Amino acid sequence: MSIWEYANPKKFMTTTAPVLPWVFAIAIAATVIGLVWGFFFTPEAENFGSTVKIIYLHVPSALMAINAWLMMLVASLIWLVRRHHVSALAAKAAAPVGIAMTLIALITGAIWGQPTWGTWWVWDPRLTSFLILFLFYLGYVALWSAIEDPDTAADLTSVLCMVGSVFALLSRYAVNFWNQGLHQGASLSMDKAENVSNVYYIPLLISMGGFVLLFIALVILRTRTEIRLRRIGALQARARRS
Amino acid sequence: MIDLGKYATEVLSAYGISIVILVVIVWQSFARARKVRAELDRVEGNNG
Repeated sequence: MSIWEYANPKKFMTTTAPVLPWVFAIAIAATVIGLVWGFFFTPEAENFGSTVKIIYLHVPSALMAINAWLMMLVASLIWLVRRHHVSALAAKAAAPVGIAMTLIALITGAIWGQPTWGTWWVWDPRLTSFLILFLFYLGYVALWSAIEDPDTAADLTSVLCMVGSVFALLSRYAVNFWNQGLHQGASLSMDKAENVSNVYYIPLLISMGGFVLLFIALVILRTRTEIRLRRIGALQARARRS
Repeated sequence: MIDLGKYATEVLSAYGISIVILVVIVWQSFARARKVRAELDRVEGNNG
């Protein structure tokens, strides 16, 4: 069976209907377990005090803020190349979730920055590219709303998504490119020596898993809504013609 | 209650704001899904 079968709206709806409640249930369970474990059952860190507990929100939301945009990029490219409507609608559906994740990452970062760096905000390469990514998200949603014809909107937002991907990648790799600014490098690494301590590692992984699944569940739910909206538009157009 | 020391305000506000944002996006997604589904049922009913 080809993966492109799922680009058929009917196939997408029938396949995701039974899966969605399970994805939501596991996502909420993992998020709650990760956050409760991190908040109540991990010790203070030597350098950060109790602010280290913000890591369970900040890292997963930043991870999803960047990866949501990259998912939108892949879906947009599929739309541009193969003209599958479900992929364009999935990109559209992901944007508000990406905005929520970016907002959480920016706010928790600012709150964490004040006690550790002595400032809420600094024009550091990673923070600045993250703020620009947030503005791209807002522009992307605004562009979808501003254009009436859905195919034209999908085309133009796909181009915007490709341009914004530069900032999604910069948000992730700015620390490595410029090697300056206040923001540290990755909290998790394949190199064990660079990783956060084990006591923080497992709840952080669970929290990250929860945020990933929550994103997937919300995108499926919102894509289903977009497919229904498109069907409403088609039925209303047919009724007007007859 | 857990002792967060001198950073209690920062930690609690980070958790509070983030949870509110997460609840809002989940609630909004479900509310919109319900509304659109009802609208589709209505339109399909009108179209026979």
